[in-house]
Amino acid sequence: MSETGSHENVSDEKLPSAQENGHGAVATANDPFADPGLPPHEPRIQDIDEQAAKRSERVVAMLFTVSMLATLGFIASFVTVPVDKYVHIWPIGNIGALNFALGMTLGVALFCIGAGAVHWARTLMSDHEMVDERHPVAAEQETRAKVMEDFQEGAKESALGRRPLIRKTMFGALALLPLSGVVLLRDLGPLPEDKLEHTLWAKGKLLVNENTHEPLRPEDISVGSLTFAMPEGLEEDDEEFQKEIAKAALMLVRLEPEDIKDKRELDWSHEGIVAYSKICTHVGCPVSLYEQQTHHVLCPCHQSTFDLSDGARVIFGPAGHALPQLKISVNNDGFLEAQGDFEEPVGPAYWERRA
Amino acid sequence: MSTASESTATKRQAPAGERVADWADGRLGIYSLAKANMRKIFPDHWSFMLGEVALYSFIIIILTGVYLTLFFHPSMNEVEYHGSYVPMQGVRVSEAFASTLDISFDVRGGLLVRQIHHWAALIFLGAMFVHMMRVFFTGAFRKPREINWLFGFLLFVLGMFTGFTGYSLPDDLLSGTGVRFMEGAVLSVPIVGTYLSMFLFGGEFPGHDFVARFFSVHVLLLPGIMLGLLVAHLILVFYHKHTQFAGPGRTNKNVVGMPLLPVYMAKAGGFFFLVFGVISVISATFTVNPIWVLGPYRPDQVSTNAQPDWYMGFSEGLIRIMPGWEIHLWDHTLVLGVFVPLMVFPLVLAAIAVYPFIESWVTGDKREHHIADRPRNAPTRTAFGAAWIAWYTVMLVGGGNDLVATHFDLSINSITWFVRIAFFVMPVVVFFITRRICLGLQRRDKEKVLHGRESGIIKRLPHGEFIEVHEQLSQEQLHTLTAHDQHKPYEVGPETDENGVQRKVGRGQKLRARLSKGYYGEQAQIPKPSAEEYQEITSSHGHH
Amino acid sequence: MKKLSARRRHPLAALVVLLFALAATGGLYAAFAPAGEAKADQASSQSLAIEEGKRLYATGCSSCHGTGGQGSSDGPSLVGVGSAAVDFQVGTGRMPAQQPGAQVPKKKKIYSQDEINQLSAYVASLGSGPVTPSKSQYDPSGADVANGGQLFRTNCAQCHNFTGEGGALTHGKYAPGLTDVDPKHVYEAMQTGPQNMPSFPDKVLPEQDKRDIAAYLKTVNSSDTEKPGGYKLGGLGPVIEGLFAWIFGLGALIVVAIWVAARTAKAKKS
Repeated sequence: MSETGSHENVSDEKLPSAQENGHGAVATANDPFADPGLPPHEPRIQDIDEQAAKRSERVVAMLFTVSMLATLGFIASFVTVPVDKYVHIWPIGNIGALNFALGMTLGVALFCIGAGAVHWARTLMSDHEMVDERHPVAAEQETRAKVMEDFQEGAKESALGRRPLIRKTMFGALALLPLSGVVLLRDLGPLPEDKLEHTLWAKGKLLVNENTHEPLRPEDISVGSLTFAMPEGLEEDDEEFQKEIAKAALMLVRLEPEDIKDKRELDWSHEGIVAYSKICTHVGCPVSLYEQQTHHVLCPCHQSTFDLSDGARVIFGPAGHALPQLKISVNNDGFLEAQGDFEEPVGPAYWERRA
Repeated sequence: MSTASESTATKRQAPAGERVADWADGRLGIYSLAKANMRKIFPDHWSFMLGEVALYSFIIIILTGVYLTLFFHPSMNEVEYHGSYVPMQGVRVSEAFASTLDISFDVRGGLLVRQIHHWAALIFLGAMFVHMMRVFFTGAFRKPREINWLFGFLLFVLGMFTGFTGYSLPDDLLSGTGVRFMEGAVLSVPIVGTYLSMFLFGGEFPGHDFVARFFSVHVLLLPGIMLGLLVAHLILVFYHKHTQFAGPGRTNKNVVGMPLLPVYMAKAGGFFFLVFGVISVISATFTVNPIWVLGPYRPDQVSTNAQPDWYMGFSEGLIRIMPGWEIHLWDHTLVLGVFVPLMVFPLVLAAIAVYPFIESWVTGDKREHHIADRPRNAPTRTAFGAAWIAWYTVMLVGGGNDLVATHFDLSINSITWFVRIAFFVMPVVVFFITRRICLGLQRRDKEKVLHGRESGIIKRLPHGEFIEVHEQLSQEQLHTLTAHDQHKPYEVGPETDENGVQRKVGRGQKLRARLSKGYYGEQAQIPKPSAEEYQEITSSHGHH
Repeated sequence: MKKLSARRRHPLAALVVLLFALAATGGLYAAFAPAGEAKADQASSQSLAIEEGKRLYATGCSSCHGTGGQGSSDGPSLVGVGSAAVDFQVGTGRMPAQQPGAQVPKKKKIYSQDEINQLSAYVASLGSGPVTPSKSQYDPSGADVANGGQLFRTNCAQCHNFTGEGGALTHGKYAPGLTDVDPKHVYEAMQTGPQNMPSFPDKVLPEQDKRDIAAYLKTVNSSDTEKPGGYKLGGLGPVIEGLFAWIFGLGALIVVAIWVAARTAKAKKS
């Protein structure tokens, strides 16, 4: 059993073929494990009993007929079942009738065609095992030699080998051309510049409650509550609303001032109300699972946990740095207002972000 | 051609089908193709049909996908929804989301087609995975099929991204959260991250472009490449002919089974309808991706239980377990906490992709292999495969850690730690356990060959001892259980020859020898029973 | 009378006598049983409730919450939690807590609503806090479901999941599923912020918004919610969908493949 392909790395005596009788050897008295050849064909009941074969035929025909009926059922359901009808099907519950009817009829129609074809193949088509010879994939030596020869001839005729100037400039031209394709991609988007460093927050901007769209007062926020805010002037139907809220979303909680451990956090708070960026510093999901008894806030995406009583530092999970805090105070009308933009970029970290 | 005299002589026309075939052959030369393939033999085994499940689900995805493109609007322009779904009335959503709601509630059959499309996609990737593992565990990636293995692997990876871009098209809160994760991951790439992110999204996240861009990628670019790869993959399967398990009459130089026409046309063709039927019934009864309750995407909203579809789950696990290490270099930040998982993600896939080449280097085997191995007969390979699957599964569990926590009343923090440790420990443990199991199975096979099958019949000997009567195996069974190849470990050879001349042995060769011993050494496989052993035992068996 | 006694040996006679006896016993009991609570004026019925509540509190709650509601190492202070908190905690069966742990789970309630009202009155008397809402405050009928959905996704989904199927918090805590939860309890939870749940007072989440949220929950997460696509597999998202596709989808297809490729039955046993 010698297949094509060289054995230069493995000496012949290591190969299994040289160690014992290989496949396809005729059974000899010396080799109890030799291949006995294809087992004789055993007839199926349908091969010898015409009644059984007729039964099979009827089953196949029945399956195809059920399929036809199911297709008709599909069409009937499409035409008669209203798109907003719901039916109670035990044990699934209250489900859409049209989806169920169309899906079941289509499923039965398809399945029965398949089942019919397979049953036909299994019980009525010939099940005599047949043998096909394989041929090695690699070409014969002769073919290989001819190809090599042809190639050498063609390469010589091209004169590429003899004319290095052509060769080098050709490669140069072909290598340079794709750059035009790359350059075309430049206008896919703008340059980052300092876009990620600024949000809509600025000095004097009021904090607006996302639920009521009203500016917030300190007395609205009690200890243990959770409030989400956005900058005044940002409306949901603004063209750039999504982009701006992706950076400006704010989370407000109130702690007893004596529970705040970080000095800067206390300075930037107002009577224990602290405002933190809602955008997680890991990969940007809104962090918003506030546990009021532990003062921890959890991000649902990858479980980064921040301690809001200690500068929102990371206490568990894959986030790399604390949530940025927004410095807030109260204006003359008694509304909460920002003292400026965030002092560091919000959201996920990136290469150009300074510590 | 003497057709004129022929037709006047016989006055009989060939049947219509034959005439059409003749016409086509005259223009396309189809008869030579038909001659090679019409009665091509395919072996019968259910595990050889897993690739078909993948193929058929891909076709189903394309058929349903075309339907969906007729109704879907890949636009991020915002509109107020005024369709028939009450809990979304008046809500500002993108056109992509609104059109998906329309497909689900106002286009008859639209929801069914959407659900078939999504269920088929989940099954497509699952089938590719199982098919890939079948090819791996039977060694069907060996020469001449290495390139086909790579084509298949590429299909799997492209399938993952086709799925990701696909389920992100409706711009709902769940998939949008996934896109945000992707953007955060892109941002973590050193030096070029922010540029890549701006170019991908046409500006800051979320921008107005990504749905339309994902649409082109999902509908045109990736499926186009996949179709090409798929055609090449199938051509190679036909050309190489399928592998087969060892058995009586089956050799490395033949293929035994049933012909394409009529048996496989009926079975494989029928199987397409069976696959489609099952997926359709599932889509009739079980909801998938209910975007109407997920709501439109807003970057300041999120839900818990936010995971990607299962085939991206292992990357979710990676990102959840990585500690948040950030390195500050002067005015820059190296975001290891995100960048490392981003880099490990393709490495996990590459590990299984390059395996065939590592194995072929270690064994130095350059022959063609058409007989499929039983996994137990390649214990080290099987152990690697099982370890990789365990690794992958650990990451999947990590990705779903919040659901594991709520359903098993565990702390999510403990689960995260468990996965962090299991990431390193589990593959090693599974490797060793799997190899022991394979060796045990090999021993059992050897026992069966040498001593026969336990028949369950107890016999009492004259002196009172009870023994179990063993039944000799048939010739077919003896052949099947001993037909596998067993390599000997590669040896570097003596460093000095008989004249005392030293030769240079590279470190690569030494490594290869060590690996080869790990694969084929004494602890790595149980030697097959030899004919001599067999004859010795059977001749002395006497009363058994 | 003669007609009646003539039938005394009728097979159904015993049944008739039994029914008569039952009716008589029931009727006599109804006639002589004590009447409902004597109606008194508001003030004294309230103080009666507080007295009753104090008694119930002493037996059922003081071991963890202290004899005067001031709290202990086993339970927090109840001063200022308000009647709404008690109505929620005891009404959902969370209290009395069975055992300490990361979080107290919902279970079958053991006090009747009357007893709960009494307990609430007592605890409210310890210090003012959120008041048990009236029906007009929490009744979600006619509320804006779409607005409720938007509010839910902003304020609630991050812990409770898109449709309130529940989710994990840190260290074994969790946000419970909200299927078929009484709108009154939904309202009270938002008002009082039980355990680690933050509170959403009316200044931040007005009454109407709370009703909208309850209406949204009722529409998308009750036992007769309309499910357009079929069984919702728990509403827990792609993890369950993936598990289902693998186990039942691929599983079914592999079973079918085994059938297709299997050896057909031979005519006689070999």
